[in-house]
Amino acid sequence: MKITVKDLQEKLVLKALTETPYAQTEVNDMYIGDLLSWVMSRAKEGNVWVTIQGHINIVAVAVLTGVSCIIAAEGAPVDADTISKANSEGIVIFTSKLTSFQLARRFAEISAE
Amino acid sequence: MTLHYDVIEDDFISAGEASSDLKKVLKQLGIAPDIIRKIAISMYEAEINMVIHANGGTIDVEIKPDKIYICLKDTGPGIPDIDLAMQEGFSTATDKIRDLGFGAGMGIPNMKKNSDFLKITSEVGVGTTVEIEVDCAKE
Repeated sequence: MKITVKDLQEKLVLKALTETPYAQTEVNDMYIGDLLSWVMSRAKEGNVWVTIQGHINIVAVAVLTGVSCIIAAEGAPVDADTISKANSEGIVIFTSKLTSFQLARRFAEISAE
Repeated sequence: MTLHYDVIEDDFISAGEASSDLKKVLKQLGIAPDIIRKIAISMYEAEINMVIHANGGTIDVEIKPDKIYICLKDTGPGIPDIDLAMQEGFSTATDKIRDLGFGAGMGIPNMKKNSDFLKITSEVGVGTTVEIEVDCAKE
């Protein structure tokens, strides 16, 4: 099944922190990681990236890898300058109380639907 | 086509901006996505290293039909042992930098993996020059 960022937001009950439009952007897989160099070289275009990092450099990593959106797991704090930078770069950031594992499990469930 | 960027010391707010801008330019030029990815990864790592370890510096990019050449120059403390710095896992980053998700000792290995040519010249107390080339030839 084709999953869009909008589907993800609804089914994983994610709260958007940014104003970037996202409705029909497609999500092809999930990538979880907090070490930016690691994420940089492994996350793929179209992935949803789950992390607990909230500082501004996640925006550059998202732009450069071309991920479809970022989810800050476990309510990890996201800096205000990260959000404003994401808005200006067209990056979508969500927040969720769920752990990375719980998010991955739900993602696997909706992927199988 | 040539591009020039200035990287500011300790400026984590704009770190990665030069790499992000170059990615946009390459996309507009219609360069293949896998080539753009290699350039984005290797240049970002080099740019972040400049912010973390050096006193900022300059980046010059030459876009040629067959290759993209990136030259990053800083006037930072220099690298005493380049072979050691090339090893995966080796890092001199502080705990503060590690908390931000950097300093895992993957920077230079990532540059090597994602370029077709990498040359690092460094003199302690003078600075470091990193030259990266990525081939654009159709595969």
